[in-house]
Amino acid sequence: MSGAAAIGVDVGSTTCKVVAIDGTGALLDRRVEPTDPRIERQVERLVGEIRATAGRELPVGATGYGRKRVAGARALTEITCHARGAFARAGRAGTLVDMGGQDTKVIRIGPSGEVLDFAMNDKCAAGTGRFLEVILGRLQVPFEGLAELVAGASRPVPVSSTCTVFAESEVISLVASDEPLDGIVKGLHVALASRVAALARGVPAGDEILMSGGVALNGAMVASLREALSRPVRVLPDPQLTGAVGAALSVLPGPAPR
Amino acid sequence: MILRRVQYEAAARAVGPFLAALDDWRQRRRKRPARESPFAPPLESLRALKDMMMVHYLSGRYADGAVPVAWVTSGFPVEMLRTLGYHTVYPENHAAICGVQRIVPALSDAVEAQGYSRDLCSYVRSDLGSLDTGRSPVGRLPRPDLLACCTNICQTVLYWYRDLARRFDVPLVLIDTPFIYGEPAPHQTRYVVDQLEEAIVVSERVAKRPLDREAFSETVRLSREGSDLWGQCLDTARNRPAPWTGVDGFFHLGPVVALRGTEACNAYYRTLLDELKDRVSRGIGGLKGEERHRLLWDNLPVWYATREITTLLGSQGFNFVCTTYTNAWAEASSLIDPANPMESGARSYSQIMLNRDLPNKLRLLERLSREFAVDGAVLHSDRSCKPYSIGQIDLKDRLARDLGIRTLLLEADHNDPRSWASELAANRIGAFMESFS
Repeated sequence: MSGAAAIGVDVGSTTCKVVAIDGTGALLDRRVEPTDPRIERQVERLVGEIRATAGRELPVGATGYGRKRVAGARALTEITCHARGAFARAGRAGTLVDMGGQDTKVIRIGPSGEVLDFAMNDKCAAGTGRFLEVILGRLQVPFEGLAELVAGASRPVPVSSTCTVFAESEVISLVASDEPLDGIVKGLHVALASRVAALARGVPAGDEILMSGGVALNGAMVASLREALSRPVRVLPDPQLTGAVGAALSVLPGPAPR
Repeated sequence: MILRRVQYEAAARAVGPFLAALDDWRQRRRKRPARESPFAPPLESLRALKDMMMVHYLSGRYADGAVPVAWVTSGFPVEMLRTLGYHTVYPENHAAICGVQRIVPALSDAVEAQGYSRDLCSYVRSDLGSLDTGRSPVGRLPRPDLLACCTNICQTVLYWYRDLARRFDVPLVLIDTPFIYGEPAPHQTRYVVDQLEEAIVVSERVAKRPLDREAFSETVRLSREGSDLWGQCLDTARNRPAPWTGVDGFFHLGPVVALRGTEACNAYYRTLLDELKDRVSRGIGGLKGEERHRLLWDNLPVWYATREITTLLGSQGFNFVCTTYTNAWAEASSLIDPANPMESGARSYSQIMLNRDLPNKLRLLERLSREFAVDGAVLHSDRSCKPYSIGQIDLKDRLARDLGIRTLLLEADHNDPRSWASELAANRIGAFMESFS
């Protein structure tokens, strides 16, 4: 892996992502694992692997809720790193919807990749990847084929609860009342998308909507979000790695690549 | 009665000042290592402020039975009560002291156990909880003979004071200020003037003496002068660097809230103003290091976390140079004319920010932002003060769009730390600061 210039670490609530980029910001190497509660050890191991492949010391940028526990790294918040990562990957300004395991953020990115404004879900995991994970687990709906399941649903069954715990019991009663499973799952996506759309309220009409985070891998969610916002949504390449790439870009020597 | 009066006067004039001086002497002798902080050394006036508030609350313990006592909302036209010789207690100010001391969860638990909702204003829960548990950082509050409530700050105070009236079985005077869209109409002012006249009648009856209208004018003059002096103190922060932080303002606000209309209040602000001007002339700022960014704060303080928030920001060179909250008292009696206290008072107290429409608040935010040359704003979305928080998302968008100011909406509660998530807040504040680089 010659040409590696920086390492980025994104310690999220669900997964730990480590990447290596070259001087132009191109992704050279990656590691993605479920987050271990012993963050320091996990990060040390993953960064060690990437360093070994690169064959030399590299500057490390860290983000995510565990960023301060990454030794020797420059720590920046997820907001800044996601903005930088998304800007580098999209190549222009826009509005980023990042849906992670424990938080969802909407970030307006300016013409130089700077953060113009941001909004986040507050103190509650409803509206995040964890919400879907908990409820789909309860319904025993596998992640594979989810997009097809939702696309095939004739109508969404409304799920009114805005709290993960209450939604779980609501969904169980819907199943008990013989509501169709695909309709319930679609209803969940609609509920989630409407929460995110509320955060994205006021986004200027000209802004392109970009999407990142692990939830962007769920095609059903992307489609629901597109519908809730009534505009196109562009999923960034390797959406789960956007924050880690942004963290790596922040320690890249010289001006940030565009 | 006479003995009680002697105790009250002794507490106000001798024992209180003596204890305050003793405490100052002790503080000076105690060699405490300086706390690691991004702030300049505290203002010298802070000691006088502490002494003044201590004497106020100490004398209050002996006020009931000695002089008439009124419990008053922060926006009530207090000048009439002051002239009639009332000792005034501000439950909101007392609640804020409970907030700073972080005893609100215990007080709130007590009232929640009786069925009061946690969604109620945390000031209300603090004060009712203090009444129920007998816990207070100031010892005790004197029992009221009169409750004086003005709805210019919110409608909650009406229900809060009705509750108090039932508990204490004393008269409640209410000034209902119609919400002002645009400018106040003559009939609205007339409506408030009529209520002021009625309030005077009740207050006279409880105090067992008539209102001396000349003395009333003099109190109004003092009140207006106090507001003006407070405004001048705030204005010193237009200088770069600002000689103090907006958070200092939250604490130095005490006298203009609780002792407005007294010479002691005004004397205090003259001293403070001199010190601030002196700091400006010597180029001393509120932060130890460089003042890199100047911020505006909107809404009540987060009383239990002000230091946490400002330390985080201050350590990166961000200073609050103005707040809509402290500014409200610079405007509280600024329109009152001592020659026509009733009508001008009605207009002045009806036109405080919280009783006016959103375009007015936007104009205020824009004016403060320009005059204090801020490049960022933190809007505290206060869980238990909805009248203050409503419209903040629009205000935030307008500040960003029209003035290019970076903004942060910070979710918290002014007095209940159970609504505060330290890590989440630090993350948002961190991202906000990073957006300036």
